[in-house]
Amino acid sequence: MPLNPKLKKVMVIGSGPIVIGQAAEFDYAGTQACRALKEEGLEVVLVNSNPATIMTDAAMADHVYVEPLTLDFLKKIIQKEKPDSILSTLGGQTGLTLSMQLAKEGFLEKEGVTLLGADPDTIAKAEDRQIFKDTMEHIGEPIIPSAVTGTLEGALSFARRAGYPVIVRPAYTLGGTGGGIAKDEEELREIASAGLRLSPITQILVEKCIAGWKEIEFEVMRDGGGNVITICSMENLDPVGIHTGDSIVIAPAVTLADKEYQMLRTAALHIIEAMGIEGGCNVQFALHPESYEYAVIEVNPRVSRSSALASKATGYPIARVAAKIAVGYRMDEIKNEITGMTKACFEPALDYVVVKFPKWPFDKFVYAARKLGTQMKATGEVMAIGRNFETALMKAVRGAEISHDCLADASMRKMDDDALTWKLMAEDDERIFAIYEALYRGFSVEKIHELTMVDEWFLYKLLHLCGLEKQLSSGELTDALLREAKRNGFPDKTIARISGRTDFPHLPFSYKMVDTCGAEFAAQTPYFYSTADEEDEAGPFLAERASGKPVVIVFGSGPIRIGQGIEFDYASVHCVWALKDAGYEVVIVNNNPETVSTDFNTADRLYFEPLTPEDVADIIRTEKPVGAVVAFGGQTAIRLTKWLSESGVPILGTPADSIDAAEDRGRFEALLKELHIRQPKGDTVRTVDEALEVANRLGYPVLLRPSYVLGGQNMIIAFSDADVQEYMQIILSHLENNLVLIDKYMMGTELEVDAICDGEDVLLPGIMEHIDRAGIHSGDSIAVYPPWNLSPAKTAKLVDYSTRLALSLHTKGLINIQYVISQDQVYVIEVNPRSSRTVPYLSKVTGIPMVDIATRIMLGEKLKDMPYGTGLYPASSYTAIKVPVFSFEKLSGLDTQLGPEMKSTGEVLGIGPTMTEALYKGLVGAGYSMKRKGGVFITVRDTDKEEIPEVARHFADLGFHLYATAGTARVLREHGMQATMVHKISESEHNTIALLESGKVNYIISTSAKGRTPARDSVKVRRKSVELGIPCLTSLDTAVALADILKSGFTAETATLVDICGLQK
Amino acid sequence: MEQTVFLQLEDGTCLAGKHFGAPLREDVTAEVVFTTAMTGYVETLTDPSYYGQMVVQTFPLIGNYGVNSTDFESEGIHMSAYITREWCRQPSNFRSQLDLDAFLKSQNVPGIYDVDTRFLTRKIRERGVMNGRLTAAKPSEDALPALKDWRIQDAVGHVTCKMPFEIPAGLPRHHVVLWDFGAKRNIARKLHALNCRLTVVPAHTACEEILALSPDGIMLSNGPGNPKDNLPIVKELSKLCKTGIPIFGICLGHQLLALANGADTHKLKYGHRGANQPVKDLTTGRTYITSQNHGYAVKSDTLPPEAVLSFINLNDGTCEGVRYTSFPGFSVQFHPEACGGPHDSEFLFRDFLNLMERRTGECR
Repeated sequence: MPLNPKLKKVMVIGSGPIVIGQAAEFDYAGTQACRALKEEGLEVVLVNSNPATIMTDAAMADHVYVEPLTLDFLKKIIQKEKPDSILSTLGGQTGLTLSMQLAKEGFLEKEGVTLLGADPDTIAKAEDRQIFKDTMEHIGEPIIPSAVTGTLEGALSFARRAGYPVIVRPAYTLGGTGGGIAKDEEELREIASAGLRLSPITQILVEKCIAGWKEIEFEVMRDGGGNVITICSMENLDPVGIHTGDSIVIAPAVTLADKEYQMLRTAALHIIEAMGIEGGCNVQFALHPESYEYAVIEVNPRVSRSSALASKATGYPIARVAAKIAVGYRMDEIKNEITGMTKACFEPALDYVVVKFPKWPFDKFVYAARKLGTQMKATGEVMAIGRNFETALMKAVRGAEISHDCLADASMRKMDDDALTWKLMAEDDERIFAIYEALYRGFSVEKIHELTMVDEWFLYKLLHLCGLEKQLSSGELTDALLREAKRNGFPDKTIARISGRTDFPHLPFSYKMVDTCGAEFAAQTPYFYSTADEEDEAGPFLAERASGKPVVIVFGSGPIRIGQGIEFDYASVHCVWALKDAGYEVVIVNNNPETVSTDFNTADRLYFEPLTPEDVADIIRTEKPVGAVVAFGGQTAIRLTKWLSESGVPILGTPADSIDAAEDRGRFEALLKELHIRQPKGDTVRTVDEALEVANRLGYPVLLRPSYVLGGQNMIIAFSDADVQEYMQIILSHLENNLVLIDKYMMGTELEVDAICDGEDVLLPGIMEHIDRAGIHSGDSIAVYPPWNLSPAKTAKLVDYSTRLALSLHTKGLINIQYVISQDQVYVIEVNPRSSRTVPYLSKVTGIPMVDIATRIMLGEKLKDMPYGTGLYPASSYTAIKVPVFSFEKLSGLDTQLGPEMKSTGEVLGIGPTMTEALYKGLVGAGYSMKRKGGVFITVRDTDKEEIPEVARHFADLGFHLYATAGTARVLREHGMQATMVHKISESEHNTIALLESGKVNYIISTSAKGRTPARDSVKVRRKSVELGIPCLTSLDTAVALADILKSGFTAETATLVDICGLQK
Repeated sequence: MEQTVFLQLEDGTCLAGKHFGAPLREDVTAEVVFTTAMTGYVETLTDPSYYGQMVVQTFPLIGNYGVNSTDFESEGIHMSAYITREWCRQPSNFRSQLDLDAFLKSQNVPGIYDVDTRFLTRKIRERGVMNGRLTAAKPSEDALPALKDWRIQDAVGHVTCKMPFEIPAGLPRHHVVLWDFGAKRNIARKLHALNCRLTVVPAHTACEEILALSPDGIMLSNGPGNPKDNLPIVKELSKLCKTGIPIFGICLGHQLLALANGADTHKLKYGHRGANQPVKDLTTGRTYITSQNHGYAVKSDTLPPEAVLSFINLNDGTCEGVRYTSFPGFSVQFHPEACGGPHDSEFLFRDFLNLMERRTGECR
């Protein structure tokens, strides 16, 4: 069947801000879907609150709403735009749940809107635990013994019957939020209560624990004609018990004989049929390692993280095909874009293996619990392709940017056997390295299998790598050994390090193509991966299809992590497009499967490789680019700069030396001095004594950080000598010989500028003012465009400073500058001559295609020849506010207090005619429930006590009841406010925790001088707030802003909808 | 240190690799074909249709789950040699009995690994199927003319059963004669599971001998080689088509049935071998993913009016199935019995059963 003729206007719901469990993969899916729909001549309406996405670009849809993803706002948009249908399956769990709720309420029927992809019955079959169970039983597919319950008693009685351990899975939550394994009744009480609370329908599934079974996934596709195919099988190295998002995954499945494989494949097809899904679906199975016994764990009736991985692993564009199916096509009518000659109705054949390796945030969140379980904790992932598992795993590990170039881990090598055995059983993010180390020192495969249940197949492959490492370390580097090492993924640098030899030749990589069909057909879309010692396909492909255009390589931003998110993929993709428009042939190198940049048709050629010098060197040799772009790939790409320029590869845009000038403290200070621009006073120290001396000289508070940082890693604000001592001890124990920077901490207003410079002129698309004062990481601050209380004189000063800084750094492209205004003085805090986190947001609200312009400037164009002018661009009539979003509920043990270390995983945008309205939308979009009455619990550190009365007054005036800890309560009373005193946790049963659990409190304002340590009272209060879903404000500025919004009385009813497409015209 | 061995192709290409499996005492010459199936190498190795061929596995890691004799599709390996990128020394699966190397040794079949199988596959894709020679000595160009001229001889004769035999069923509903041209075991297993009693007969069996068994239906099996090398069988088959006994043909059986009804077959450039081949049912419009292993195909434009094209390959449009109107019979080019590969089209066995049931009903 071709396109359904009834469809004219389709609404696509995105997945909202990036949180753990729902990341960039949905931008990739949504972007593919929007394109597929527009190709059909359909009018597309897009809704997504996340501005850092490609899908919210004006070019992606006919109407783009960056509005909160709530039922109220969606209804309003539907009534305004009157789409005839909604595509529910491409916006992750968020999009699916919202679509279902709209349907359930009868709203869609009333408005005459059809649900495409999955109807409410289908969604319920997968999402509602009881209906799921019934459906599986009906078609004879085994599931794990379990009980669906809405009460704690129900959970307990099931566990008594089935026996412990049991797993708790709340219904309708993301990435298993609130789930966990309970080993006894006490644990079950805790986990089940939390799960019930987190489930929007107060329902949990309690199931028998089958930890240790093999975890196998299938990506399945079905069309309206009933045709069904499987796209990819995947096997988790980590058996059942660790969330698939936190597992190391190999595709295709490798330890299943055809009998087992076909058994599960057939089951997956039966399931998608029984569910009635029209589009993509993901089925997870647990398979007993010693028998044919299996159980269906979960079905996602939508495009998912796994389907993004499966798309990139096979080359099959799942989201695109799913979108075509949703509007009526059958798979045999959809072209396979990779081969150009076959149809979408086939199953990809791989002639390589793919390894996915998660990227966890524990390097940033040192106090968060590292143990993995049913709750996903990874923020992102890398994928690697190799002709064998060893190569793919080695590539994945070095591409994950975790300071590993192989599986050997220095700190584990120092552990004694007992400690290592414990580490093996710890089930944390470092288990793979512990396994490797255990194998290296001779633990038997059987013993490790017994302790970890990791299949022997993987263990033997790791043992093979151990053997190679040992042979290399013997120092005798024969040609055969060198070849063997290279064919198993050891880079030259690692071989040199282990063997102590440098006198060996570089065996160049050759490149093979990902073509969906195991070379059965000639592929049209060049998507390459490296392999050692085999025929090169890239060279001949290039020679055959030489277009004569000059080639430019764009380096991507690697895995998504705190501090380097989807924004950098947005910029990379726009850079690719601008380069293509300018007549270049563009090559992208990246290793993140969740992204638009690694889509097969974004660049002219894609190399799916780690972003290390050695991995990109042969790409450069093959492609012979006229230049390389590093400015858009975040720190990942920037780190290649020095090596690239030393290797003689021209860097397009800002020269490497300028990047160094901005990063090197000495050079940067000299530059500011020359320009007569102030910066907070500071110094560099190495020891505790030096630190104390400098801190006292500058005067407290001071900001301390290691000289090399990303995302505010390991930064603190110290208020006293004790703070400095504690911090220095921690930092010096982690990072020996690290320089520590100490700066005077300036209290004041923080401002941020993204500017574009061509070496002669500078354009400032806009200035953003932070609501949160300096000291809270800019990525975690609420940022307002245009600034709301910046005087014309100060504005002029910022423009002047930015212009001079950009010019003197010889910027050719984007530059991001952060300022603080303290006691009426403007100070520069930081300068980054590259693309920043705020570029997509600012591009969208100003209508200035910033990356596009920056790219053209890199290629030699001048601002004066473009229609945007120079200096500060006139401010928009709309206010746009970026509000950070956190994933605290996913990371137990992590203190939620904001500070100089970045903690947010994503952001939303609120856009409106006034600041209040924009902020209202931003906060609603970020998940604040906007309760207008009830209680506020306040507990602040001494340094905040001076300010707290004014903040509290805002809430008191609104009629909120105030609760406070002793010290805070006293201050409030002194200022004439009523406040109920609450005891500390240790003091009484009627303590802060009991108060929070009572449900009387709707907001918490909590700050403490020193957080982080999970044992502290204040940290416990904040963790409790996360569990209970009570908004906890750790910034007084945000608290005031929230009170203002509550006072304003805005609702979705009264808010104005803004079509972004209109802004950019 | 493993022995270095060479694979020489008739176009002069020569690849060096490492030896595994049975000792390479003398050169092995065979047609080189590739399969893209990612699982099911045991089934592939033991599929009699690969007689006279050496098989390249495009998936690089072979032998991961070891070898188990219950997965055999015949009594042993019929292919001449095996070509992989890597073979797994420590297989992992609860059913594994031995590793790939030991299996090849036990079956006296040599293998070559550590070759660039993707390069080889691309070569075959561009140049078409070629003869190849696996040799321990560095090959010389002088051997090429002989290599080019080499042909598979009497393929079916080598793999068919020598004597007829029966596979009884507990409560048989139908009696099926399985005409064995090199049948995969799962054809018999599928029919047996549907309560059919089977008499398996050798390829050279005459029409009269088959009729003497008074079968309810005749199953034409898969098998190796060029269908046109089996003209005596085609002649017997054309007689059977006139009896009104339901006939179901798979793969070579499908080609022979077409030849018996006056259609023609031709050799495909590099065949269809894999577990991911889409075929479209022209009656219902449904597409199925199928397991395939064939180098020849029925030419759709030579089908007589009473032979209706029922399935086509979605990739290249070639004939994948025929339904006959002159007698109760149909045939498919793909493998509904799977093993290895998807079971999506196993309903065809039930269709065959329905034909037999309808006929039994009419006869009563």
